Amino acid sequence: MTMATAATTDPMLPQPYSVRQVVKETADTFTLTLEPSNGAGGNRFQPGQFSMLWVFGVGELPISISGDPAERDRLVYTVRSVGQATHALVSREVGEAVGVRGPFGTGWPVEKTEGRDVLVVAGGIGLAPLRPVIYEVLHNREKYGRLVVLYGARSPRDLLYRKELAAWARQRETQVLVTVDYGGLSWRGHVGVVTTLFKYARLQPARSLAFACGPEIMMRFVARDLETHGFAQENIYLSMERNMKCGVGFCGHCQYGPHFICKDGPIFAYDRMRPLLEKYEL
Amino acid sequence: MTERVNQYVLESRDFQQLLDALIKRGYQVLGPAVRDGAIVYDVVESLSDLPIGWTDEQETGRYRLRRRNDEALFGYVVGPQSWKKYLHPAEVRLLTAERSGRTFRILNNEPAPPRRAFLGVRACELAAIAVQDRVLEGDRYRDPIYAARREGIFIVAVNCTQAAPTCFCTSMGTGPRVRGAYDLALTELVGPGKHEFVIEAGSDAGAEVLAELAPSAASEALCREAEAAVERAASQIQRRLDTTGIRDLLYTNFDHLRWDNVAQRCLACANCTMVCPTCFCTTVEDVSDVTGTHAERWRKWDSCFSQNFSYIHGGSVRSSAKSRYRQWMTHKLASWIDQFGNSGCVGCGRCITWCPVGIDITEEVRAIRESPASSKESSHGKP
Ligand SMILES: Cc1cc2nc3c(=O)[nH]c(=O)nc-3n(C[C@H](O)[C@H](O)[C@H](O)COP(=O)(O)OP(=O)(O)OC[C@H]3O[C@@H](n4cnc5c(N)ncnc54)[C@H](O)[C@@H]3O)c2cc1C
Ligand code: SF4
Ligand code: SF4
Ligand code: FES
Repeated sequence: MTMATAATTDPMLPQPYSVRQVVKETADTFTLTLEPSNGAGGNRFQPGQFSMLWVFGVGELPISISGDPAERDRLVYTVRSVGQATHALVSREVGEAVGVRGPFGTGWPVEKTEGRDVLVVAGGIGLAPLRPVIYEVLHNREKYGRLVVLYGARSPRDLLYRKELAAWARQRETQVLVTVDYGGLSWRGHVGVVTTLFKYARLQPARSLAFACGPEIMMRFVARDLETHGFAQENIYLSMERNMKCGVGFCGHCQYGPHFICKDGPIFAYDRMRPLLEKYEL
Repeated sequence: MTERVNQYVLESRDFQQLLDALIKRGYQVLGPAVRDGAIVYDVVESLSDLPIGWTDEQETGRYRLRRRNDEALFGYVVGPQSWKKYLHPAEVRLLTAERSGRTFRILNNEPAPPRRAFLGVRACELAAIAVQDRVLEGDRYRDPIYAARREGIFIVAVNCTQAAPTCFCTSMGTGPRVRGAYDLALTELVGPGKHEFVIEAGSDAGAEVLAELAPSAASEALCREAEAAVERAASQIQRRLDTTGIRDLLYTNFDHLRWDNVAQRCLACANCTMVCPTCFCTTVEDVSDVTGTHAERWRKWDSCFSQNFSYIHGGSVRSSAKSRYRQWMTHKLASWIDQFGNSGCVGCGRCITWCPVGIDITEEVRAIRESPASSKESSHGKP
């Protein structure tokens, strides 16, 4: 990981960024584009990493970077408003400042997928930390094998990045499948949990890596089903979520058995998570 | 009479000279003092600030001060506070920010803490400082607040010559003799008609202070007496925590019935984590003024015993008291080893003394060890 430099400065001090754009994705989810207030550029991050975003006087939250790693002049986040701090975050107006710390954590091991197929499995807001992987693969198409995106949302109205999903589906060597829990009358697509899409995915498990992000219960089922479809445990990666107050290993909140989700994760290979996922209230 | 090269003798009537030498060097000296029926750490300027002639009686769930029949300065064991009070304080301001227009500025951090000397650091406490050093400045990220407070601390360690019934440093390999990074180490010898300290330097800074005191070399006999006093403390220690295979023992007994048993007694009051010299967990609170132009972020001690600690949208991950006690004990004794290469427990016994219902970490380990769950029974939690 390329995180070593962070240790020299104060990792607890946010940098002011200003909101350049706010896009409404769904009724409760917004994509914010931030740029450094002081004009400083260079926001290298790895797909899967997160930032700690601070709303002045309100609070600070871990939010995954959902933008394109090739666009170094900005940081993009997709935030679902579920409570006080996320609500304050998505209510920022263009030009207002947000504090940013990070990027923190491990990324998806995209480099391991070179020459192999990439399977992305997302549930709900879980598509946000996976979008940088999709950008990376589509920008460097020749480096990677097939890209399969399986995405599940509650309802058609809850689908994120709707236009992009359609555009990705038109790329070569790319398959995008979407399912919803409740379709409604006008929905012609798949209905059911995301794992029901596995039988339509065209890829070779033996030469693929799978990246999954969504509610923990969903990831458990995804990982289990991928195993039965022939994926080795060490070729399945999950993005874990726990309460976080610091992002850098100081506050203790994100502990998950022997791991700190913030600095050892949030992305872990399934072979390491499997024994822990079975433990209720770990 | 033979003498040892690096051990000297300091008469108790000259003890003030040691304080003066430290104060003269610009150190704020922090050491033991009696406050509200307990020995805590506070600013020490003169000999009379020290808990002269006091000792502490400790048992499971019990602490009280009692007068000794001598004038010992360090005749107690450990109190409810530890040095994390200064190195990793209960509340510290992370930042101050001011809004200007639509943006904000982060104003500069706190002034640097004063140069400090810690007087009376016990072996288990020295070990605990090393444990927190590893967590807060020895991992991927360095906590600059801790690092600034830690840097340049002058440590006057004290060998224990008596132990409390709650102590188990011998099981954790941390005491009662001080080892590691101290500047000066003292062994107090007090008896009929005599009161003196065997003193030795553990660093150049310590040697410099020692030279100023111009003490005479300790006789071989006196050094032996000091060693015997520390050995006596070691042999007083009755509590044991068998650490053999402790990590796997706790990992494989995740579903042991003993966790339910302890949950019946545990009040989840978090006392054990507050008094523990190694517990480092914190939360952050935001405050802002009425006009909304000034904001601060404060870091405060938190505890894995609180329900909110593991809250993520929808509910707490560890909502049962059982899961929270298990997190505490498993972190201390097992996952800490995976995380930082050593145990998170130094055997100081504070959590035993200060538990209002007398839960004893050594007893809980023993109960699990004596009837381990079958591997079949373990790790099949509800989803
Ligand atoms: C590594 C990581 C990446 C994340 N990425 C995203 C993302 O890209 N988009 C997004 O919308 N959400 C993301 N989340 C979840 C997001 O952090 C929570 O939804 C948010 O903290 C809820 O805060 P709140 O105050 O609005 O909600 P409340 O329910 O009022 O929460 C109160 C407090 O609890 C804590 N908390 C609550 N839920 C979570 C949670 N799920 N994770 C961690 N702490 C929580 C926070 O400290 C929060 O301030 C991520 C979480 C993690 C750990
Ligand atoms: S767990 Fe208890 S005995 Fe161990 S270091 Fe903490 S307070 Fe001391
Ligand atoms: S025992 Fe609990 S409060 Fe103490 S360091 Fe571990 S998680 Fe934090
Ligand atoms: S978020 Fe603070 S230790 Fe991981």
